[in-house]
Amino acid sequence: MWETIIQITPHAVAFTIPLLVVSLGGLYSERSGVVNIGLEGFMIVGMFAGALTVATLAPSMQGAAVWLGLLMAVLVGAVFALLHAFACVTLNANQVISGTAINMVAGALTTYLARNITGSGNIVIPIALPRQNLAYLADIPIIGEMFFTRAYATTLLVLVILAVSTVLLYRTRFGLRLRACGENPHAADAAGINIYRMRYIAVAISGALASLGGAIFLVTIAGEYSGTAGGLGFLALAALIFGQWKPLGLLGATFFFGLASTVANVSRILPYLAHIPDIVLQTFPYVVTLLALVAFSRSSQAPKALGEPYDKGRR
Amino acid sequence: MRLISKTFAVSLGAIGLGLIAGAILMLVTGNNPLAGYFHLFRGGLMNIERFGNSLASSTALILTGLSVAFAFKTGLFNIGASGQMLMGGLLASAVGLYVPWPRPLLLLAMFLAASIGGGAWGALPGWLKVKFNVHEVVSTIMMNWIAFWTVSYVVPRYLRDIFMETESRRIPAEASLRTEWLTDLFQGSYINLGLVLAIAAVAVVAFLLERTVLGYELKAVGHNKHAAQAAGIDIDQRMVTSMAIAGALAGLGGFVFYAGYSVNIQIGILPAQGFDGIAVALLASSSPWGVWGAATFFGILHTGKGFMNAMTAIPPTIADTIIATIIYFAATSILIETVWDKYSKRREQRSPRRGRPSPEQEVK
Repeated sequence: MWETIIQITPHAVAFTIPLLVVSLGGLYSERSGVVNIGLEGFMIVGMFAGALTVATLAPSMQGAAVWLGLLMAVLVGAVFALLHAFACVTLNANQVISGTAINMVAGALTTYLARNITGSGNIVIPIALPRQNLAYLADIPIIGEMFFTRAYATTLLVLVILAVSTVLLYRTRFGLRLRACGENPHAADAAGINIYRMRYIAVAISGALASLGGAIFLVTIAGEYSGTAGGLGFLALAALIFGQWKPLGLLGATFFFGLASTVANVSRILPYLAHIPDIVLQTFPYVVTLLALVAFSRSSQAPKALGEPYDKGRR
Repeated sequence: MRLISKTFAVSLGAIGLGLIAGAILMLVTGNNPLAGYFHLFRGGLMNIERFGNSLASSTALILTGLSVAFAFKTGLFNIGASGQMLMGGLLASAVGLYVPWPRPLLLLAMFLAASIGGGAWGALPGWLKVKFNVHEVVSTIMMNWIAFWTVSYVVPRYLRDIFMETESRRIPAEASLRTEWLTDLFQGSYINLGLVLAIAAVAVVAFLLERTVLGYELKAVGHNKHAAQAAGIDIDQRMVTSMAIAGALAGLGGFVFYAGYSVNIQIGILPAQGFDGIAVALLASSSPWGVWGAATFFGILHTGKGFMNAMTAIPPTIADTIIATIIYFAATSILIETVWDKYSKRREQRSPRRGRPSPEQEVK
């Protein structure tokens, strides 16, 4: 049993990391009061931008191209998110419809561009991120062996983003203001906060992180852009809800989901897991999210003004 | 007197902006948009067979569009049409593959199976909403992926093709909605009885919404929940009913797609028709007959894209990009509405002078 856990944890972690950063992206947007079901779309944009950058630069730059690909994904994601912000914040559009449009535009537009570039619509990256033992962290007993040996450097990057986000959202003036926009925008406005600007920033960060998640998924697991993120963005959305819109909740939820998905993938080769039907493990994240919604229906931690366009004139 | 209503103008505006965005995209990628659009529409309309294919492509869209529109009328957002479509298609396929009944009876059984599968997949989020206050947008998204994995589990185990693990067996001819006279009439196109079913569904939904007590009550809940409740309508029960009917409509979309347009059901795909249905409902501003029109338009785009790709260097995904952009512009319809209001206000100010001269002018 223990051996199995040691064996599958690196795979679970590899799957958890992109999921975690995408759901962190969702956290920024939703904490500011803007529903973001476009996470899947931002991931696709990130995968496209990352794949194109890595494929173009890899011959001349080798390993550095991967990191430039991640950087490019962040930039493109932030710019693409302005579409969502413009609709939701400036035009008071229905945020769910805008998010749906984002998902569809992202998939169709990037596939269109990819087909213009490569002809097939797929962009294979010639090099991926290597697995390595992370300095110092790998030496920690047990935890180091489980999480930081044969790990990707992006694991560390995302954990840093998680830590920074937690501090940013809960320990700084910026974070307090951002959360105020999602809880009670009228009070925030009265206190002199520019709701529109805060929400623009939050949605842009959201797009940047979700897009980064897509690119991390690309360079660690997927290996190619093929016009889809396979529903990972929706899984991250489920994690955001299951984690009740809190950074540490997201860490727990995404690891939980990552583990379930990994076990689902390896259950056929592990004898004592073989009797669990795949369907139970694969639908597990969505079912527990529904159950969590039912369980927390009276005490949901969702931002109070989530999904409501800000109307200055209403009191 | 206005020639067209504001909602219709908004829809036309969204389509126009979507087409302009598509044209810009074609230009940026070094293609000729005029040639692109010419071949795109020609591909969907140029002969009877292709027109039949356009109608066949529109069939599932009519039903998913109706599904989304129906829920909209009750103030609910059904983003789960894809999952409902999958469950309807899965149950219909299972019945079609396993039940050896004569054709009319078999098709009826598949019809019922699809409605039940989709209906249940819609009713559950409705129930979760009224009972536990779970937002239907979130729950229907979860239900989509539960359906996705359910199909991935069931098809390879119970319905699988001998050679392909990722597809079900082909349904027998008795279980298919394709029928000789329609295929012949449209010279060998994919068109099938599903279109008849879809148009009948449009008529039934229009009748239900406009001429029945249930329809009136559903719309009342959509307009103002509190007023509806004060008027003695059981709003909880009506919301579940609305989601169940919306789900059943999308389930039928699965029936006509997997047993009419296609010949089997595949795993690993969340059908795009479910999301395109949102676009259809938005363009139609939830009117059932408008849904038919919008779905036909998208059907032409979907059928024409392959022809366009064959005749020009433009990738077929331009059609999906245009549809996606149209949704974005429909979501931001306030832009178009503002322009429309400005224009009509100016016209109203101008009209007295243009029409009958005002008393002052007559004096002069």
